[in-house]
Amino acid sequence: MIARLLEGVPRRALVALATLLCVSAAAPLFVGDYLLTVIILALYLAYAGQALNIMTGFTGHLSLGHALYVGLGAYTSAALLVHFGIGPWLGLAAAIPIAAAAGAFIGFLAFRFRVGGVYFAILTIAFAEFARVGLDHLGWTGASAGLFLPVAQFARNDVWNLRGHPVMFYYILLAATVLAFVGSRALLQSRIGYFWVAIREDEDAARAVGIDTFHYKMLAIVISAGMTSFAGVIYAFYYNNLFPEQVFNISESILIILGPFVGGVGTLFGPILGAVLLETIAEGMRIILAAFGVDLPGTNQLFFGAVLLLVVVALPEGVWPWLWHRSGLSERKR
Amino acid sequence: MPADILLNVAIGGLLTGLVYGLMALGLSVIFGVVRVVNFAHGEMMTVAMYLAVALFSAFHLDPLVMMVPIAAVLFVFGYALQAGLINLFITRPEHSQFLLLIAIAIIITNLLLIIFGPDSQNVQTAYAYKSFQIGPLIVDATKLYAGLAAVIVAGGLFVFFRYSLLGTAIRACADNYTGALVVGLDVNKFYALTFGIGAACVGAAGCIMLLIFDVTPAVGPAYTLLAFVIVITGGLGSMPGALLGGVLIGLTEAIAGLLFSPSAKSMFAFAILALVLLFRPQGIVGRRSA
Repeated sequence: MIARLLEGVPRRALVALATLLCVSAAAPLFVGDYLLTVIILALYLAYAGQALNIMTGFTGHLSLGHALYVGLGAYTSAALLVHFGIGPWLGLAAAIPIAAAAGAFIGFLAFRFRVGGVYFAILTIAFAEFARVGLDHLGWTGASAGLFLPVAQFARNDVWNLRGHPVMFYYILLAATVLAFVGSRALLQSRIGYFWVAIREDEDAARAVGIDTFHYKMLAIVISAGMTSFAGVIYAFYYNNLFPEQVFNISESILIILGPFVGGVGTLFGPILGAVLLETIAEGMRIILAAFGVDLPGTNQLFFGAVLLLVVVALPEGVWPWLWHRSGLSERKR
Repeated sequence: MPADILLNVAIGGLLTGLVYGLMALGLSVIFGVVRVVNFAHGEMMTVAMYLAVALFSAFHLDPLVMMVPIAAVLFVFGYALQAGLINLFITRPEHSQFLLLIAIAIIITNLLLIIFGPDSQNVQTAYAYKSFQIGPLIVDATKLYAGLAAVIVAGGLFVFFRYSLLGTAIRACADNYTGALVVGLDVNKFYALTFGIGAACVGAAGCIMLLIFDVTPAVGPAYTLLAFVIVITGGLGSMPGALLGGVLIGLTEAIAGLLFSPSAKSMFAFAILALVLLFRPQGIVGRRSA
């Protein structure tokens, strides 16, 4: 199994990956509280981006509604805690099937009728928006006034109840990101992964050689949705308050999608690199603008948009494929 | 519920729907020819809305009159955008185009935020509270003018694409890219023209929309989404479809707002979208591209 995962990976890349992991594991010792929250957000987006990548990157179906699965995860786990006192991990056990079922529903409807491309992307937005407006009116989860989790003092870190210092959330998210990375690699190396890539490259050809494309597309959306719901559970217990307007907002979906696309969609490391890069850019902008004394709302986002534009124009494949060749991580063929 | 209230609301929805349709028409024209989905469509409309607000507050110029110069400004903007940036992306994958337009949308929204501030703005025209009484029906003058203006602009666009030489050439580029190149059409130029026309169309729609709705910098994505819902309902790339879709969504929103809660109205629009995508993905009047 492990040998299979490592097959064909250049040694330099492995060393780089191991170094990165060690640095990440030690990071909370060296950064302040503020920086930690920034890194946590980056990791959260990296994890969600990887979940999205399974569907959008591997099978080539653009989802613009991943906030739906985040929101379902967040609301399921939070509502179970608030109404029944059920803890987050049991909540997760409920959230995954619910999000996966939502994904399966959308996938079943769309793939049955072979809805693809732009139409599929807009269908995913429609469902996320539908859920947003619906939860805005659902009294049981606080409607538009929000759902609030009881907050206790952080006397000690309680992993079982997801109550504690941000450092705990950092390690949980780090573990989830690493697991998602390894899992994605394992999937790509498996028969399923090859089928997905075949579907992405040419769906008709994939059907012609006998791949049950409907089945494998369903598998991708279900796995992706289920994985994304975990990000939602963390969201709920980290922020402790949920508003449909925020959680299901299309800008949340776009935030999730930007990481993989900037980093390199369909690559394994792209979503992680993209999320970290975008957070770095956003924070960097904030610091630079603050240093110049610019305090106009919108300036930060304006520069963010401009940088995004430059990246898209200059590196259409994403940053990671470019870096991979430039950095010499891929050993040159002799 | 008395029938006349329902009818009044329905007429209001229908007139608003015509303006929605005009906005969506711009998106449909761009997609139909350039095959790029304009994810910055609503943001482009907010630009027009703010131009109209600025002209109204500075010189007290009516948005319906200012529609022409503002549409011209948007045309230049759209032309430059397509010629300078989007033409580079024509052969790139869909997600790359999407990312480009999202970046443009972010830039537009925040520029507007910096220039005009976050508060919502509107115009108070002389006819803002006027209405016409036709039998038991009461029709808002604003909505009536808005609906009429939308029909006139859309009609002009139909005539242009149907009968003018330039419109025919643009349709040729849409129907057969290679064929258009073979007969010597400068496709990139026509793409830029088309994007300009689509932008002018949404610019005109923005001026009209300002009579009915307030504007804030953050309202762009909601309109982009609404335009998607409308064009897909009507048939992406079909001009009559966009207007029909606009009217259908306008009616649905108005009646749902009356029967349920106004804040839940968009849910019904999305429900219609989902149904159309599932059972008639080519849209109500669209043709299935084989």
